[in-house]
Amino acid sequence: MKKSVIALSAGAAAILTACVTINIYFPAAAAEKAADKIIDEVWQLKQGQEGADKSGSKPDAKPEIKPDAKPSPEAPAAAPAK
Amino acid sequence: MKKILLSLLVIVSLFVTNWAAAAADLEVNTPAITALKASMQARHGQLSPFYGAGAVGLTKDGMIAVKDAAAVPLSQRGSLSGLVSAENADRSNLYKEIATANSHPEWQSEIQSTFAGRWIDKAQAGWFYQSGGGWVKK
Repeated sequence: MKKSVIALSAGAAAILTACVTINIYFPAAAAEKAADKIIDEVWQLKQGQEGADKSGSKPDAKPEIKPDAKPSPEAPAAAPAK
Repeated sequence: MKKILLSLLVIVSLFVTNWAAAAADLEVNTPAITALKASMQARHGQLSPFYGAGAVGLTKDGMIAVKDAAAVPLSQRGSLSGLVSAENADRSNLYKEIATANSHPEWQSEIQSTFAGRWIDKAQAGWFYQSGGGWVKK
């Protein structure tokens, strides 16, 4: 009885030590995630993309009249005419 | 006997749950970290043209350094070195604060090297970063 209790507590102690050891390991994935978040904020990367989208969108005078208004259907047709 | 076993099991499971919760994310929302981020964000507006001109580059240890002071007009060179050292002070504090906010001050250098890679990955094309012994244009 005494022996088994000692063995059990030794086992538990070993497991607890293992847990503490794991906890000391550096969480690389979590650190990368945190770094990405902070860098995006400091360099304002997300806002920069939104700003680019806004400036890139041109004011469309007739958005609904021509749904197939892509201007270059002839350009690919000219290529195979060798 | 069974009671002892049971209580041991409970203790072990408590520790394991605790560990799993702690491993999910790093704490980065302390007042000190927020203040550092704001300070660096404000400074970035001034530093950004220097990165683009190749005057300042990203070092491999997660800091920045003057790469070519001649790329900057003479009138701005004084402010250049001041900006770089202020930025490095903030970065160093940021790495330290993240480590202490997560109750692991010894993680500071690993956090710093994680950031080093991420700064370079997220840098704009044309900016310089340190690789091996020299500067590389992204």
